[in-house]
Amino acid sequence: MLTGAFEVIWYIAASFLISLFAIPFGLLTKGIDRKLAAHMQWRVGPPVWQPFWDVKKLFQKETIVPEDAISWLYNAAPILCLASTVTILLYIPLGPFPPILEGHGDVILILYLLTIPSLAMVAGGFASSSPFASVGAQREMVLMMSYEFPLAATVIALVWKISSLYPQEAAFSLTAFARHPIWNIMGPFGIVGAIVLLIVLLLVTTGEITKVPFDIAEAETEIAEGVFVEYSGRNLGLFYLADAVKTVVMSALIVAIFFPYNLSPLLTPNISIPSWGWAIVDFLFFLLKLEIVIFFCMTFIRVSVARFRVDQVVKVYWGYLTLASLLALILIALDVML
Amino acid sequence: MSEHTYSIPVGPLHPAIHEPITLKIDVEGEEIVGVDVFCSQVHRGIEWLGMNRNNPIQNIYLAERVCGICNVCHPFCMVQAVEDASGIYPPERADYIRAIMAELERIHSHLLWAGVAAHEIGFDTVFHYTWALREKVMDLIEYLTGNRVTKAIMMVGGVRRDISEEGKKKIKEGMQYYLEKFAKIEDIYLNDPTIKMRTRDIGVLTREDALRLCAVGPLARASGVPKDVRQDFPYGAYADYGVKAITPDTYNGEIHADVFDRIIVRLLEVKQSVDIIKWAVDNLPSGPILAEKNLVKLKMLLKKAEGEGIGRVEAPRGEDIHYVRLEKGKDPYLSWKIRAPTYNNVLPWIPMLLGGQIADVPIVAASTDPCMSCLNRVTVVDEKGRKYEITKEYMHELSVKKTRRLMRNANRSF
Repeated sequence: MLTGAFEVIWYIAASFLISLFAIPFGLLTKGIDRKLAAHMQWRVGPPVWQPFWDVKKLFQKETIVPEDAISWLYNAAPILCLASTVTILLYIPLGPFPPILEGHGDVILILYLLTIPSLAMVAGGFASSSPFASVGAQREMVLMMSYEFPLAATVIALVWKISSLYPQEAAFSLTAFARHPIWNIMGPFGIVGAIVLLIVLLLVTTGEITKVPFDIAEAETEIAEGVFVEYSGRNLGLFYLADAVKTVVMSALIVAIFFPYNLSPLLTPNISIPSWGWAIVDFLFFLLKLEIVIFFCMTFIRVSVARFRVDQVVKVYWGYLTLASLLALILIALDVML
Repeated sequence: MSEHTYSIPVGPLHPAIHEPITLKIDVEGEEIVGVDVFCSQVHRGIEWLGMNRNNPIQNIYLAERVCGICNVCHPFCMVQAVEDASGIYPPERADYIRAIMAELERIHSHLLWAGVAAHEIGFDTVFHYTWALREKVMDLIEYLTGNRVTKAIMMVGGVRRDISEEGKKKIKEGMQYYLEKFAKIEDIYLNDPTIKMRTRDIGVLTREDALRLCAVGPLARASGVPKDVRQDFPYGAYADYGVKAITPDTYNGEIHADVFDRIIVRLLEVKQSVDIIKWAVDNLPSGPILAEKNLVKLKMLLKKAEGEGIGRVEAPRGEDIHYVRLEKGKDPYLSWKIRAPTYNNVLPWIPMLLGGQIADVPIVAASTDPCMSCLNRVTVVDEKGRKYEITKEYMHELSVKKTRRLMRNANRSF
């Protein structure tokens, strides 16, 4: 049992460790995404470590604050964005390792925390006093409000099923998902419902990490990177890192909810290696799962469609995806009742 | 202007518009309630050079530099005007080679446009795919003219390079390649749901507006105005072929006059160009390619000539007009006036954008295939309320000052 002071020190150390893992891995993921997208688009693409060089370059560049900007808010937004994104990762299990802040918060808290990076971007956009950034910030808010409902519906539907089967569990905690993988407890209706929810969550993720077709807040050809239009140097670099970490966060969330499986229970009877060895194997397997999820929710989608307009994005999220998640909710309800 | 309205400057440098032009857009939320266009930010004084510095032969290569993409149309148009003024007419074979070159240019320009349009709506995969297909026609152009971009093929009274038997074979192979790939391009652009979502009923230019604002080229044709110089006033080899202007109703029987219709028109024109090239290669008449082979003699003939002439060419973007007036005993033109198609196609932006969304600005602007440097006539500088034109004398003064400064600095360092 950790005493108070030790606990605090452990949390600080763990946050550093998490950042040390999430930032390089997020950048590597970006590199892999760019390389894969390039090959799908009939070109060669940059080397996979290009994002590291991009960040290095951004941190060396001059950071310019526009004359009319609210400078404290303008400078605070990227830090807030990165910090809040890393914080979410403290609540999500990373493969074989349970969440660092286990027992301190649940999925509902994660849903709330997920809005903070977007809010930081909105604040930064409005603070930079550029008409393009204002349009971008407005669009970011619209986007945020649009994907919130399908996201919540997905989580609630699954939690409902778990809590109906295991009333003694703290159903909203992510470890409950890990202990009872949803594919194992669902009936036939529930499986269909869960597949629909998985697709919904993948599409919500595309919006959450603002990639084509939902990148309306940045939309290079329309509003010249929108919220980021005035940002440069270190500030832009921090936003870039936050975006990389957010990709890891969203995919880790999907993996934690839908694919919490590890390799070790399958292989332990056949191969014998020490338990730390299994931890490494499981962690690598977890990273593989992340890359696969990212491929489907980011790379694959962004190369295969055009960017939507704001009204079309709202229609997709509030119309189709909300309907789909409600339908899945009904299917899972049928599954619970039968 | 209500208090909810605020204005967004698109340009002079903006990722959506690849050349300097300013669109001042008043928006309420995402809706566009006011549009104003400010041109003339890349004036280069090309006409001035043609009227003061160059001889007519040098002007052919200058006319190529009017536009990086339409670099056959402008010299084609200009040599027609000069031929009209001087009476040195090209042989028949040259007419056919000119048509082949102009149509190759149309294929490459339309594919380039289609790629850019896909990029404007965020569909980068299609952009890369289309541009990869475009490489074939670029290779073909390089094989035939020696250059990928500025082709340097036109000459007063003919063309500079002939097409050999092997060249004919290569052209036919290239056209076969495009006929095979056309189904795929058509499928991508006309059946993809997201492209349709972003372009159907966007940027509508009614037939009345198109006529009233004198829109030209694919923009006018997509609005249902069957207007094509190759059809209405055929020049060169086109008179033998009988081009028919393509309107979107030839594809699906309906005219929406929107961005999607402009995609249809341009794609069908690529196919039409392929047909024209195949026909021209099959029917290429034999004979010389130049009316006057000796350049010195040609230059003397042009110096002696007097009169005025007009050239009209259907460029990929629409009708291009050059007016040339020659004076006896003087090398440069007495008068040279270029009317590039973008000059007509900028004003229709206003009715097309009004009532739309900010997200539509790039694709609607791109749907006219604008080319700013062809359009500019004069640069007016507005320096803190003091407006003035940049004249030749002013530029000269500036460069003298700079040279003196450089010389001073050079002396100091020694």
